[in-house]
Amino acid sequence: MSEKFLMKGNEALAEAAIRAGCRHFFGYPITPQTEISAYMSKRMPKIGGTYLQAESEVAAINMVLGAASAGVRAMTSSSSPGISLKSEGVSYIAGSDVPCVIIDVMRGGPGLGGIQPSQADYWQATKSLGHGDFQILVYAPASVQEMVDLMYKAFDKSDEYRMPAMILADGMLGQMMEPVSFPEDNTSNLKEKEWATNGTKEARKPNIINSLLLNPDELEKSIVERYKKYDIIKEKEVLFEDYLTDDADFVVVAYGATSRISKSAVNEARKKGIKVGLLRPKTLWPFPTEKLYQLSKQVKKMLVVEMSMGQMVDDVKLSTKGNCPVEFYGRTGGVIPTPKEVLNEIIKLAEKEGE
Amino acid sequence: MIHKIQNLKKNIVITGHYGSGKTCFAVNLALALKELHKDVVVVDLDTVNPYFRTADYSDIFKEKGIELISPIFANTNLDIPALTANIEAVLQNKDKTVILDVGGDDAGAIALGRYNSILKEQGYDFIYMFNKYRYLTKTPHEAVELLKDIEQASRLNPTYLVNNSNLGVETTLEDLEQTNEYTKQLKDITQLPLLCTCIRSDLNNNLDLFEIKTIF
Repeated sequence: MSEKFLMKGNEALAEAAIRAGCRHFFGYPITPQTEISAYMSKRMPKIGGTYLQAESEVAAINMVLGAASAGVRAMTSSSSPGISLKSEGVSYIAGSDVPCVIIDVMRGGPGLGGIQPSQADYWQATKSLGHGDFQILVYAPASVQEMVDLMYKAFDKSDEYRMPAMILADGMLGQMMEPVSFPEDNTSNLKEKEWATNGTKEARKPNIINSLLLNPDELEKSIVERYKKYDIIKEKEVLFEDYLTDDADFVVVAYGATSRISKSAVNEARKKGIKVGLLRPKTLWPFPTEKLYQLSKQVKKMLVVEMSMGQMVDDVKLSTKGNCPVEFYGRTGGVIPTPKEVLNEIIKLAEKEGE
Repeated sequence: MIHKIQNLKKNIVITGHYGSGKTCFAVNLALALKELHKDVVVVDLDTVNPYFRTADYSDIFKEKGIELISPIFANTNLDIPALTANIEAVLQNKDKTVILDVGGDDAGAIALGRYNSILKEQGYDFIYMFNKYRYLTKTPHEAVELLKDIEQASRLNPTYLVNNSNLGVETTLEDLEQTNEYTKQLKDITQLPLLCTCIRSDLNNNLDLFEIKTIF
């Protein structure tokens, strides 16, 4: 095991990005993710990278489009309201088939909302981060170490599939401190990007990065091609943690910060003799649909826990195809549910079943 | 060690890197000084950090009779770094021991500049917290660079080092032992005395270290 450090989630995301080869960061401060920008502003100049504080989130995401088009690993980060501002640029990046990483450290919304943790941007991240037919890869870490590990993966998969990847965290993960260790640096063996607009050196035709296709047939064809890629991703890139589900009568489904709370509740419920497990999606798109479908045939009920009024719960219901009832428990607006609250919901689930 | 803490000046400024443990130390120091029958005031000067801050401990302080002054909007949804006027009053009150819990890095220390002349006039101790296990201060050299930035932002001079090296709940006594060389180097470069080394109370085996009760 390599050396351990005590790091804040936001710092760990920033350092992991650097170690994954990111040398171009375009940011704009917003609580609760400002440490990412602050960290990058300190580190990037020391390693010959670019840290640029843009004049707005809109500018920052378009700088990412520019830098990534030239073939470098580029990143931006924000929190909920700032991500809304970036959505136009994300759509352009997806339409241009350019890889990049976007961090969203979610806070309470809508509007300016609040600065406390939230998971109310699940729909935004997985369904509608911009206009048009497209998807982005969405990774949902649940610990500071996983923020590091998934950052490497986000850059690699983003490059592999030429599409944006998002790390969807929340204020709790961004601000909490935990020990982490870093995998080996990943900067020397990056593949050459033959599509990049990094100069022809008079050896090839100019590459063009563009999302404007005025001919409907041509545009349709490009979207259909992209969706074929999405099908491969849905098959190959789903990640989840399966915890105590083998003999489970009930399964709690939660991601990110709420999965940690739910895990504590599951452990307590097990002590009371309730056969309950946890299914934690690590990728929200692609979603672990097949795994949940299999579980839905085994368990009596599922409980989805989120820091929102219920967003991922829709995807869980779709995955179960009506095989088992799916209940929901959530707190929102920056309120974090306690393990005890979740435990009570699990007990209610089991009691209702016993009646 | 209790003796060293008892002899600190009436105004105690706690600075350090983000996440070096300033708030945790400030809370524990306030409790220790209260046990020594001092009239303790904790000032939350952290205008940088949104979540974990001294204002989170208002209940413990109330119970122990420790006064807490925090930014008016701390722990609300408003991100406004407004400080109250009574901070000046307590800094000038000779009967009160004041602990200033400053924000992280030089950015956090800027808020200190406002009280520069009062602190110089009334006398102060300036504690620089360090944690060897924080990534940006993993070498003594980096910790010194950061201290210089904080000095510049606050226009005050450091008087003590505090070793708060830890890996959170995973810290072992071995991890702490491995900070000896780092601490020695930091003392040599800065020419500052070490006030104390902090240890999580459940790890302490009668060592003469400053016990940190995990309130988090």
